Amino acid sequence: MNGIGYKIKKSILYILLILLGITCMLPFILMLVNATRSGTEIASSFTFIPGNSLKDNWNTVFEYFNLFKGIWNSVKVAVPATLLTVYFSAMTAYGLAMYKFKANKLIFGTILVFMMIPGQLSLIGFYNLCTKLHLVNSYIPLIIPAIAAPGTVFFLRQYAMSSLSKSLIEAARIDGASEFYIFHRIAIPIMAPGMATMGIMSFITNWNNYLLPMIVLNDKEKFTLPVMMASLRASTDIQANQGAIYLSVAISVIPILLVFAFFSKYIISGISAGAVKE
Amino acid sequence: MKTKKKGMKKYDNMGYWFVLPFVVVFCIFSVYPVLRTLYISFTDMRIFEPDTAWVWLDNYKRVLTDKFFWRALGNTIRIWGVNIVLQLGLAFLLMMVFSDMKYKIKGLAVFRIVYYLPNLIAATSIAFLFLTLLDWRYGTFNQIINAICNFIGISYNPINWLGTEQFAGVSISVIQTWMWFGNSFIMLMAGVQGISKDYFEAAAIDGAGRWTIFRKITLPLIKPILTYVAITSLIGGLQMFDLPYLMAKKADASYNSVQTVVMYMYKFGFETGTTQTSYASAVAYVLFAIICIVSIVQFKVMNGKED
Repeated sequence: MNGIGYKIKKSILYILLILLGITCMLPFILMLVNATRSGTEIASSFTFIPGNSLKDNWNTVFEYFNLFKGIWNSVKVAVPATLLTVYFSAMTAYGLAMYKFKANKLIFGTILVFMMIPGQLSLIGFYNLCTKLHLVNSYIPLIIPAIAAPGTVFFLRQYAMSSLSKSLIEAARIDGASEFYIFHRIAIPIMAPGMATMGIMSFITNWNNYLLPMIVLNDKEKFTLPVMMASLRASTDIQANQGAIYLSVAISVIPILLVFAFFSKYIISGISAGAVKE
Repeated sequence: MKTKKKGMKKYDNMGYWFVLPFVVVFCIFSVYPVLRTLYISFTDMRIFEPDTAWVWLDNYKRVLTDKFFWRALGNTIRIWGVNIVLQLGLAFLLMMVFSDMKYKIKGLAVFRIVYYLPNLIAATSIAFLFLTLLDWRYGTFNQIINAICNFIGISYNPINWLGTEQFAGVSISVIQTWMWFGNSFIMLMAGVQGISKDYFEAAAIDGAGRWTIFRKITLPLIKPILTYVAITSLIGGLQMFDLPYLMAKKADASYNSVQTVVMYMYKFGFETGTTQTSYASAVAYVLFAIICIVSIVQFKVMNGKED
């Protein structure tokens, strides 16, 4: 059945997949190499062999700004925001998927409408609200709104409906489990793959968010990493040294790679699929 | 069955507790700002100030007759359009490859991480990475092309990827695709993996071919996720800001060809010197109306057959 043609086709598929992988990695590899080379070296030719200007580039970068401070600020925003998004979205999704209360359709309809609403639509009103509540320059407007993430709720509701069975919930009720117990102990484990996927998405969105922090924060000490990185744009002395730019991009990239190495394990396949067999 | 259903009823109102935190935060931080923006769009507010006059639809009239707005919209759609075709096409192909019953491609875990890699990185970092790589005089990208051209013996005139109208939009589209195809792929794959293995096994036992299995089982069951991916990409795409904002220099000839709607809005919403809060608010609402119409059409088209 599996002839030589099959093997050749399969090899071609693998080669194409690997080439695509290389395309994804190449800019980062060039970034790492160039971070160790001097501006004049980079301008004259390209190579995959590291140079020896890492220290000079490092000094140039940190003379200009403290990237570690930016990383820490981003952690302080992105971690709580992600936890809030995942937990409360799962809770809302579960409520919408499993209970037929009166306002259900209204809330879901509103979520659908707000998913289509560009975040930029509320930007001006949001900034206006922050001014009124004296929340400008605070992390609160970047964290608390994460509780209400319509997109995540929509995804998890679909996920809950396709993965949770009413008979499983009913069985738990007959056993005397409370509603929140059922949610925490039965629904969350089944929804976990979807939650993990959405968790990764929302962490990255929060971590990489640029426009909102740029508008809300104006104290340099509070700048999150992307806002800090963007200030490179204004600097002409650092722009003269390409190596320093590559290095600052590299430093800004490393923490999120570490986080992903840990979180990626949580995209687990098919926990939900086998949970209840009809 | 009937008694069972009645038994469920008493639990139904418990649903309110589950959605309560969401609803409260949602009203304060989403609904209010959106309505507030709407209110401002009907006034003549310049910078946030209390005393403003009601001007009805003046701002909207100005948006709809401003040729720079339409140009920004055209730019946004062009950049997004090129990107979505490449991005969804690639993600869909990859999903077909990795869920194929016959070839049983291994290493999904590793490939998934590699393909997703570009999406991890903040657009600000990506912007500076590619600004530097694509620099037409000193950038590594042109050096590589030059090396390849030298190798095959043709001469290469360095292309100014971001500085010329001809290439700037396409360059940004391709960078967007590079950033987002892995994300779409993971979402589609999560959908495929959510399908019970039993279906595939049963179908295989019944002698269904892989194309039939794909069409009759995989495709209908991942449709909600496919719809979700397509619609979110559209909404995200029409709001494109970070990349073009950071990569296009105002001095460049290409700037006018990559200024997106949100960049246009930002100019009036927050940039010093050009701030006109009410006009920016109207721009936001016109963008919303456009997104609404397009996503309703998209939703209907993709879900039409089922209902």
